[in-house]
Amino acid sequence: MSTTLSTPRAAKPNEDADALIERFGSTRKSRFTRHVILCAIGLVMMYPLLWLVSSSLKPNGLIFSDLSLWPAEWHPSNYADGWTALEYDFGIYFSNSIVIVVLSIVGNLFSCSLAAYGFARLNFTGRKLFFALMLGTMMLPGHVLLIPQYILFAKLGWLNTYYPLLVPNFLATNAFYIFLMVQFMRSLPQELDDAARIDGCGPFRTFWSIILPLCRPAFATTAIFTFISVWNEFFGPLLYLTDPELYTVPLALRQFIDSEGQSQWGQMFAMSVLSLAPIIGFFIAGQKYLVKGIATTGLK
Amino acid sequence: MRKDRAGYLFLLPWFIGMLFTIVPFFASLYLAFTDYNLLNAPVWIGFENFADMFRDPVLLKSLQVTFVYTFVSVPLSLAAALGVAMLLNRGIRGLPWYRAVFYLPSLLGASVAVVLLWRYVFGFDGIVNAFLGWFGIEAISWTSDPDYALTTLIILHIWTFGSPMVIFLAGLRQIPVMYYEAAAVDGASKWRRFRSITLPLLSPIIFFNLIQSLIASFQTFTQGFVMNNGGGGPANSTLFYNLYLYQQGFNQFNMGYASAMAWTLLVIIAVFTAITFFTAKYWVNYDS
Repeated sequence: MSTTLSTPRAAKPNEDADALIERFGSTRKSRFTRHVILCAIGLVMMYPLLWLVSSSLKPNGLIFSDLSLWPAEWHPSNYADGWTALEYDFGIYFSNSIVIVVLSIVGNLFSCSLAAYGFARLNFTGRKLFFALMLGTMMLPGHVLLIPQYILFAKLGWLNTYYPLLVPNFLATNAFYIFLMVQFMRSLPQELDDAARIDGCGPFRTFWSIILPLCRPAFATTAIFTFISVWNEFFGPLLYLTDPELYTVPLALRQFIDSEGQSQWGQMFAMSVLSLAPIIGFFIAGQKYLVKGIATTGLK
Repeated sequence: MRKDRAGYLFLLPWFIGMLFTIVPFFASLYLAFTDYNLLNAPVWIGFENFADMFRDPVLLKSLQVTFVYTFVSVPLSLAAALGVAMLLNRGIRGLPWYRAVFYLPSLLGASVAVVLLWRYVFGFDGIVNAFLGWFGIEAISWTSDPDYALTTLIILHIWTFGSPMVIFLAGLRQIPVMYYEAAAVDGASKWRRFRSITLPLLSPIIFFNLIQSLIASFQTFTQGFVMNNGGGGPANSTLFYNLYLYQQGFNQFNMGYASAMAWTLLVIIAVFTAITFFTAKYWVNYDS
């Protein structure tokens, strides 16, 4: 009795928890009130995004005078004009961003899964120490490393290339993803590894043929998180990329304020919508993995 | 040993990556005590950079901006996250929809597109002023008035409460329902159930969210940079500490000074994290 009471967080989430809470917690009226409150908050939160989409379809003159979300006058050419409004067309910026994102995902999956398997499944001298070090880097604010890293990359001749943005991802520098995968791998039964070893598999074979295929959910979470953070990333590209031909989408978007004298709002909003669309798409496709990933990191 | 070798091989990329972390970590500590402009070799100047920081009014301003931003927006966004999570927790229909709507902004909040959008939502002719106009409130120049510019970014931060909310939601689901049942049978009020069951059992997660948000918030950069075109204006009212660090390091090439700033922020973050950790024993309940 006392053990079950004293470890509430280990208890299994109750299947009919909701029904039970309903029974003593809320009446029909209070449920209705809750829906009203939640819808109101949701509407306020979504409104700026809806306004963005609507404004991207309005002629410049109407954006700030016509407040209705439904454009009184449609102006879809904002998209075509915005696409070519800057020095290079947005096709270049989008393909730059896509190249960086795809390679970052590959790098994180490759290097973090190797490290995670080492931490989760193999025994070697100093493992605990290295694991603690890895967790420590998760808390370390990146700006402390910024200046020496910049100097180092400059000395390597990597300024104005994608190397400073990509190479760290191939070197397992995202401790968060390692941690996520370690947690996942630890939940897999150890008997799998033992059976593989008895059948004559070495650690690499076990990793490749047994563990990797089972880790797909953790990889999906890592890939989606990497996608969103790299796609949004502004600071790294701002620091390392000076040639506009290499610009990513966020750097390009910022040029709208620099170059257009702040008047081509419709075009700027149209390109903003396009830059957010992939994130929203990935969010809808991978919501399950995102919610799970973020929830497990908080609970462990 | 043979067993060791496999482990080290798997960790090889990570070991190399750690070199890219550990060496810069100590290099920036060294640079903090030097005068260095990238062109000439670093010159050791002792604590001069740190002494200069105390006399630099812009730096003190940037510290103030960052503190105000952090200590206003972190508690407000965590309170919003917890409040909405509790509304969602009690067996509500359409939970996946609500969760998606509240979570999505937290994925977009750091993007240039949304910060740009914020400039115009809070623009003089923007929808916020239009809305306030219905209540007869005069238009405010949110983005160009030093008194209000930071407020718009605090609101942007609160807008992204979705990611701590998802963590709270997962935590709330693990509190056994029987506790609430027992309390209800004993006649405990809603507020009493919240105070005596929800808060204590959720405290480790509040603690986790608090540390995460504090660390992230102290390092805010993009919002300040994009909002006012890299300048931190109006009148430095959105000059975040890291934005000023960037200006010192990469516009003026005061690499030594910027390193000193970086280490000072690291110490500040460490102090606040330590305070949170040490006070944790009074308010965080790890089941004994």
